[in-house]
Amino acid sequence: MVKLILRDKEYEVEAGITLLKALKKVGILPESVIATREGEMITEDEVLKEGDVIKLIAVISGGR
Amino acid sequence: MKCRKCGQKAAINMRHHKLALCKEHYLEWLPEQTARFIKKYRMFTPQERVLVAVSGGKDSLSLWDILWRLGYQADGLYIALGIDEGIAYSAESQRLCEAFAEARGLTLHIVDIAREYGASIPELARSDRRGKGKPCSVCGLVKRHEMNRIARDLGYDVLATGHNLDDEAAVLFGNTLNWQVEYLLRQGPVLPESPGLARKVKPLCRFYEREMAAYALLRGIQYIYDECPFAIGATSIYYKEMLNQLEAKRPGAKLSFYLSFLRAKEEGLFAPQEDVQQALDACPRCGQLTSAPGLCAFCRLIERASSEAKGAVRG
Repeated sequence: MVKLILRDKEYEVEAGITLLKALKKVGILPESVIATREGEMITEDEVLKEGDVIKLIAVISGGR
Repeated sequence: MKCRKCGQKAAINMRHHKLALCKEHYLEWLPEQTARFIKKYRMFTPQERVLVAVSGGKDSLSLWDILWRLGYQADGLYIALGIDEGIAYSAESQRLCEAFAEARGLTLHIVDIAREYGASIPELARSDRRGKGKPCSVCGLVKRHEMNRIARDLGYDVLATGHNLDDEAAVLFGNTLNWQVEYLLRQGPVLPESPGLARKVKPLCRFYEREMAAYALLRGIQYIYDECPFAIGATSIYYKEMLNQLEAKRPGAKLSFYLSFLRAKEEGLFAPQEDVQQALDACPRCGQLTSAPGLCAFCRLIERASSEAKGAVRG
């Protein structure tokens, strides 16, 4: 399995799918996050491997 | 996905530009584009002094970093709002701005609202009807007033803010939904100076919020990740989410929305400015322009808060 972490929430998806597909599966808009694996930014075509931990960084800020 | 420039592994893919870049080339590309927009919209020249309003967030600190790298004369302004809400939000934002400036040997001006006016933003909001529940509107009023005051008092030619394309598209969306023609006319990359008002520019207005977060991350800029506790549930965030849903189906929709608006405005598709331009008066206390005779909204707010404080002391 692959773990996706966004703020204090964790999601699990199966390995072997792309980041884009994983985000869609858990209902996160790709435009609203940046994904990192082991501190490196990855693009949405990246195929996720078993045991990957993907940290998602929320990019939306507001109230300005 | 490979970097278009060098063929190495890409760090970011910008679907709206059909452009993927590696870390090194992205960190080159974004400042180059910023320089291009500064020239295109005639924001300022290298000879002019720029005051960058910094909040400790990714956009404003990245903007300051970019202007510094491009060789502009850019100093920072941090406005301490006094927002704590159990997470020391303002204190942490200020610490990050100070650390940023110190690491680069840059000048940072700090204005502490509570020290200057006797009440923090949440306290000011409590004394004002527009602040009931949420201080965002009071906060906006105070920040606009103070940014302008400092820029003018310290002789800066221009005030730069870190508004990105998502900010601009969300404002545009809100103003379009309500057909706020006056606001639509004022929205753009540059708000020219007028007597008592500093020129305001938004050099990041064509970059997606995601691109700015990527820049901060790849450049290693330490910024405040937590949202302002009062911004949770803000309409602007809701609009951004809606626009991102559109963007997911139609890459480039946000950029096209904003750029088409700028083009339409340039081509005169909105009412000519003189039809809606109001006569502005100078506030007798602070000298800044106001739409009605007498004290401006900022001075009225401060007066109300201070008379409430006096009343509380007497009581």
